[in-house]
Amino acid sequence: MSESSAARSVLMKHPVGLHARPSVKLTRLAKSFRCRIEVAQHASGPWIDAKSIVKVMALKAPRDSTLHFRAEGEGAAEAVNALSALVARDFDEDHADAATS
Amino acid sequence: MTSSNVGIVIVSHSKDVARGAAEMVRQMVGPEVPLAHCGGDPGGGLGTSVESIMAAIAEAWSEKGVAVLVDLGGAETNSEMAIEMLPADRRDRVVICNAPIVEGAVMAATESSAGSSLAAVRSTAEELYAGSIVP
Repeated sequence: MSESSAARSVLMKHPVGLHARPSVKLTRLAKSFRCRIEVAQHASGPWIDAKSIVKVMALKAPRDSTLHFRAEGEGAAEAVNALSALVARDFDEDHADAATS
Repeated sequence: MTSSNVGIVIVSHSKDVARGAAEMVRQMVGPEVPLAHCGGDPGGGLGTSVESIMAAIAEAWSEKGVAVLVDLGGAETNSEMAIEMLPADRRDRVVICNAPIVEGAVMAATESSAGSSLAAVRSTAEELYAGSIVP
């Protein structure tokens, strides 16, 4: 298996930020990949395990913050692309829905 | 329902709390985790019963096991009793998580939905007490 690494950052426009439901979606997507995936609010870290729902929720990343992803191992590039895309899509939530959560 | 994911059982003294917590799990995590809840006494008051906990465990049963989230004292002791009364081959695959009932249920279900083991599901739920979400 070829080892690879990838990194990508994305601006989070979600009006509520990384609250509970987006955290669950992000974590579940991360868990669908075999590589190690980490997320941080700053490029300098601290980096946390993107597959840990408890740690992702504890990030409490607010609106307009940038999320940094980095991955290492099988499917690293696909993983950071998929996670960035999820954030860019506002976690597939419409805003009326998000406002009540 | 047969599933390859760890089942989640929510046991509260209040029927409404149990149902509400289960609803949060369903909406936030989705349908791929076996889930059951119980709470309240048959007369409509507060309470838990060994019988309904056993039924909930059977409903959420998975070969990978079942993680139980409880609220206060009696919910835990009755859950322990319900587990003891299970058939021997199931007893060892049911655990009570030392975690807040609502948050723990969502965390446990999220972990379960990724196909994690019972031990991993339990430790994710219990990690809450060690983290900053619940001081």
